[in-house]
Amino acid sequence: MKETPLSNCERRFLLRAIEEKKRLDGRQTYDYRNIKISFGTDYGCCIVELGKTRVLGQVSCELVSPKLNRATEGILFFNLELSQMAAPAFEPGRQSDLLVKLNRLLERCLRNSKCIDTESLCVVAGEKVWQIRVDLHLLNHDGNIIDAASIAAIVALCHFRRPDVSVQGDEITLYALEERDPVPLSIHHMPICISFAFFQQGTYLLVDPNEREERVMDGLLVIAMNKHREICTIQSSGGIMLLQDQVLRCSKIAGVKVAEITELIQKALENDKRVRKEGGKFGFAESIANQRITAFKMEKAPVDTSDVEEKAEEIIAEADPPSEAVSKPVLWTPGTAQIGEGIESSWGDLEEEEDEDEGGSDDVTILDSVKMETEDQNVGDHITDDTPIVLSDSEEDEIIILEPGENPKKTRIQANNSKQEKASSKKAIRKKKKKKKAAKILLF
Amino acid sequence: MAGLELLSDQGYRVDGRRAGELRKIQARMGVFAQADGSAYIEQGNTKALAVVYGPHEMRGSRSRALPDRALVNCQYSMATFSTGERKRRPHGDRKACEMGLQLRQTFEAAILTQLYPRSQIDIYVQVLQADGGNYAACVNAATLAVLDAGIPMRDFVCACSAGFVDGTALADLSHVEEAAGGPQLALALLPASGQLALLEMDARLHEDHLQQVLEAASQAARDVHALLDRVVRQHVREAALLLGD
Repeated sequence: MKETPLSNCERRFLLRAIEEKKRLDGRQTYDYRNIKISFGTDYGCCIVELGKTRVLGQVSCELVSPKLNRATEGILFFNLELSQMAAPAFEPGRQSDLLVKLNRLLERCLRNSKCIDTESLCVVAGEKVWQIRVDLHLLNHDGNIIDAASIAAIVALCHFRRPDVSVQGDEITLYALEERDPVPLSIHHMPICISFAFFQQGTYLLVDPNEREERVMDGLLVIAMNKHREICTIQSSGGIMLLQDQVLRCSKIAGVKVAEITELIQKALENDKRVRKEGGKFGFAESIANQRITAFKMEKAPVDTSDVEEKAEEIIAEADPPSEAVSKPVLWTPGTAQIGEGIESSWGDLEEEEDEDEGGSDDVTILDSVKMETEDQNVGDHITDDTPIVLSDSEEDEIIILEPGENPKKTRIQANNSKQEKASSKKAIRKKKKKKKAAKILLF
Repeated sequence: MAGLELLSDQGYRVDGRRAGELRKIQARMGVFAQADGSAYIEQGNTKALAVVYGPHEMRGSRSRALPDRALVNCQYSMATFSTGERKRRPHGDRKACEMGLQLRQTFEAAILTQLYPRSQIDIYVQVLQADGGNYAACVNAATLAVLDAGIPMRDFVCACSAGFVDGTALADLSHVEEAAGGPQLALALLPASGQLALLEMDARLHEDHLQQVLEAASQAARDVHALLDRVVRQHVREAALLLGD
C-alpha cells in the first residue's frame, strides 16, 4: 500500500511548531521518549519500546565452519526486517532503500565497532566456530527505527546465553542446557545509535524524531556511541549539508543520551537476572500490563473542575446583555414564527416562490438569538427586551409560551418546513444542547 | 597484523607519506565520446571511472518523476578484478546499494536539480582498482564527470578519507591502513562553504579526537579541490585550443 501523503497544512503546522521549539508530544528538543525493555522466557529475546516504536530482537547461535580468511573468528550476522504490521507502507517489494540503509547502518555499528569478541566464539580454529545471528523485527513504526533497533540488538546480545562447549582433542562436546549452564557472550562495549533530525536546512535539530517529524525532516544524522564516549559510527543521510561544529555539538549531546540509555539497559538486565534467579515469573506475558492487551492506552490528563461553577457565574455576571434591537416576531400560525425579513435571495427567478418560506431565511437571526439566550441569567428578567428565544425539541427545557406581540416569545421551531430550517435548527439544537448544559447548571 | 606499524616514529606511513599527505592524483575528463560526461581518476592505486547521462526524460516509471526537480540516479559497482582476490559481486549487493544511495545523497545536494524538473540524471561509477578510499575516488570522479556533462552544480564536491593512529590523524587512507581496523572517516565537502554533503565513520574513535579527524579530512578534501580545479581548467583550455579560439 502506498504511503498516505502528508497534507501541506500538516507539514506546515509541524514545521511551524518546530520553529517555536514545540513538539507534538510535548517533549523538549533533546528529550527521548520512554524506553521500555522487556525480556522473553528464552535467553536472547527481548522487545524494546521507544515510545510507540516496537522492535523485537532474537539472538540464536549455530556451529559452522569459519570464513576462509578469518579462520579463528566467529561470525556475526545481523538482519532487520520491516514487517508489514509495522506500517502498511512496508510491503515486501517496496522497501529496498530504507531496508538497505538500516541494515548497513546496524551492521557497521555493531560489527565494525567490535562490540562482541569474535575470537571467543572460536571452538576449533579453522573448523568450527559459533555463528551468532541477530534477527530484529520491527513491530510498530512510530519513527526512529534505528535507535530502537540498535538498543534491541545490543540488549538481546547481552541477554543471550550460548550453550557450553568443551573440546578434547578432536572431539567437540556440546552440552545441552540441562547439563551445563549456558555461557553469556563476551561483550566489550554497548554501542547505541542516537538520531538527530534536521529541519529547515539545518537550522533546527531534534533528537529522537517520531513518525510525523521524520516525514517533514530534511535529513538525519545518526551517531552511535558507547558509554566510554567512543564514537562507533557516524552516518549522515538525506541530503542535508552539515557544518563541522554541528557535528561536534551533536556528538556531545549523544554522549549524554547514551549514558542514560546504557544505565537503563543495565538496570533492565539486572532486573531480569534477579527475577530469574529468585524463581519469579518472567517473559513477555508477564511484562505486558493487564490493561493493554491489544490497544494502546492513553494516559488520562487530570482536569480540575472544582471551580467551574464559580467561573461560569462570574463570566455571566460580568457579561453585558446585548443591546441590539431585533424586530418583533410575527406569529403566522401556532408553531410558526418569522423574525425579520431575511436577506434577499440571490437565486433569481427560480426561487421566487420560496421567498416567503418562514423561518427558512432566518438562520442568522435564529442562531444569534440562541447565543443571546445563554448569556441571560434569568429568562424572566429580560421580558421587556425584544429578544425572542427559541427552544429546541428537548424535553429538558421549560416551554414558556408568552403572549404574542408584546413579550418575547419562546416558540418551538417546527423542523419540518424546509431543509434550511432543519439544518439551522440542527445547528441550533447542537449549539443549544451544549450551552443548555451550562444553562442548566445556572438555573439550579 | 602484528608488526605492521602504520605510523613510524619519524612520522612516515607505510607508503612513505606524511600524516596529512595525499596520494598522487591524476584525472582525465571526457574519456568516453558517447556519454554526456565522463571522467577517470587515479588516487594512488585506486582507479575509478565515472559516466554521466543526462539530464534526460525519465526512463522506466514516469510516476517516480519529481514535479519540481530532477531525479539523480547513482549506481556503484566494483569490477571483479578490483581487489586482491577476484571476487564476483552480484548487482543487487547490499554494499553496492548503500554506496549508490550515498552517492545519490551527495549529488542531490550539490547538483542544481531545480533547473530540470521531471527529468533524470544518471551517474554510473565503476571502481577498476580498489586500494582504499573507494568512496572518495568515486565522488571525485563523479564530480568531474558531472562537470564534463555541463550540468550546473553549487560547487565542486570533493571527498577524502581520514583515519586516526597513535594520536595523529592520517589523511587519504590506503587499503593497508583501512584493513588494520582503526577508525575511518569519509566525508564529502563543498569547499567554498565548508558544508559536508556526506559524513560517514566506522570503528571506534574517542569523541575528543573527532574534531582532529574532521579537520584533517576537510583539509585533505580542500587539497583535492585544488587539484580537481586545475584539471578542469586544463581540460577547458585544451578544448578551447581545439576549437581554434
